Amino acid sequence: MRNPISDKCAALKPSGIRKFFDVVSEMPDAISLGVGEPDFDTPWFIRDEGIYSLEKGRTFYTSNAGLKELRQEIANYLNRRCGLTYDPLHEVVVTVGGSEAIDIGLRAMLDPGDEVLIPEPCFVSYLPCAQLTDGVPVPIPLVAEDEFRLTAKQLEEAVTPKSKVLIMPFPNNPTGAIMTRKDLEAVAEVVLRHDLYVISDEIYAELTYGGDHVSIASMPGMRERTIVINGFSKSYAMTGWRLGYAAGPARIIEQMTKIHQFAIMCAPTVSQYAAVEAMKNGDDAVAEMRESYNQRRRFVVNTLREMGLDCFEPLGAFYVFPSIKKFGLSSEEFCNRLLEEEKVAVVPGTAFGDSGEGFVRISYAYSLDALREALGRVRRFTERLEHA
Amino acid sequence: MREKILAVMEKNSRIDLKELAVLLGEDEIAVANAIADMEKENIICGYHTLINWDNTSEEKVSALIEVRVTPQRGMGFDHIAERIYQYPEVNAVYLMSGAYDFTVILEGKSMRAVAQFVSEKLSTLDSVLSTATHFVLKKYKDHGTVLSKSQNRDERMLITP
Repeated sequence: MRNPISDKCAALKPSGIRKFFDVVSEMPDAISLGVGEPDFDTPWFIRDEGIYSLEKGRTFYTSNAGLKELRQEIANYLNRRCGLTYDPLHEVVVTVGGSEAIDIGLRAMLDPGDEVLIPEPCFVSYLPCAQLTDGVPVPIPLVAEDEFRLTAKQLEEAVTPKSKVLIMPFPNNPTGAIMTRKDLEAVAEVVLRHDLYVISDEIYAELTYGGDHVSIASMPGMRERTIVINGFSKSYAMTGWRLGYAAGPARIIEQMTKIHQFAIMCAPTVSQYAAVEAMKNGDDAVAEMRESYNQRRRFVVNTLREMGLDCFEPLGAFYVFPSIKKFGLSSEEFCNRLLEEEKVAVVPGTAFGDSGEGFVRISYAYSLDALREALGRVRRFTERLEHA
Repeated sequence: MREKILAVMEKNSRIDLKELAVLLGEDEIAVANAIADMEKENIICGYHTLINWDNTSEEKVSALIEVRVTPQRGMGFDHIAERIYQYPEVNAVYLMSGAYDFTVILEGKSMRAVAQFVSEKLSTLDSVLSTATHFVLKKYKDHGTVLSKSQNRDERMLITP
């Protein structure tokens, strides 16, 4: 019998996080700080709208690019929150989570051999998605000394004549890093000079704690070469609804919509109706959750620093990315031992790229009580390591 | 800072002062002072415990009573309210807009005790015109907290990207 699996797929490395998940699953009594999704339930008024849409029998496909009303709300939202202007009819596509937008964005833009610049550590799907479309991923290792921001110098050094797309994963999962306006200006200058395109994954845009999020698409000259990706999972606690979107220049969005149309048809209809409500009336709920994350963020950073762990102040998303280098263990060893000895799961930094070595990702999308208990155990563990 | 302190303490009055300061990113002494000031100004009026009596062996009955009154010249409603809220079995008194004047929330040991209070104490007050008593059958949610819910289980997968 012939091998049913393509070489390309076989060559794809399984996600590092998957490996760790399998280990944790064997330990039912473990407590986890390893989750990449909000602990809040979707606000009731949004769920209510989903239920209502089912009651009204809105159970059919929507247009490929998504409900017109939703695309309009998305355009309004991007204008209200980021000062960006998009034509809802031609410049917005509603996707199945931000993940799909990443995939179809890369597929729409890459030819075989085109290089994709990927700042790491970062979310796990950019690299495999680039590989699946025969692009060549070029990781740019970011460093703690820069608070894991992308600098113009690092970008400049990674650019080659084959570079086509730069992924901008900020606010960042797993580091919690953000890019300020000044940081973005410097990066945009390099992008423009080398005629690059940008896929800006802004799924955590609502979760910033030092001032409002700035989109690279709002820099002069950048709108025409940027795809902004966002969604409902993180800001509205709607991960299970699987709903995201991409906004950008019509000629790219049209091609993305074409792929989306063949692969997906349209995003889930119930979710789209609920999302309209989220965008219309959700700003207060988002602000309330942001404040709650911010309090936990301060608590976690403070507790880790009290333990003597080196950790820069993360101003976005809901992760803290402390250094564990001083214990002389690899990230994976540290996480495995913490799990074995204290039954606490945190994710090795290496699951998000090689430059995550020496760090671990701690999620604070948990109740304060849960954080207090888990960090108490982490403290016991690190104290033991120090006195060993 | 006050609003933020209140927002946290409204949900958790037992929070440790040091931890509260960390959560809000404020100085511990400044937080302590703000709380002391708000206690003095009667903004923070107490630190009570939310008890679900249904889960104890204690017998308790709550009732909500609509009260219509004739306000007295020169004193308005406040004087009557004071007459009503002095009784220790009265848990809350609100002046209402609409079809009646006061909502009185009572807690008693038994239905008979509540009935007795209404017929002997409340309706016999000079200015009270009429009362309508509604007994509480079951409390689902109180002070923003769902009472019946068993422990909150985390439905999320343990590790996700």
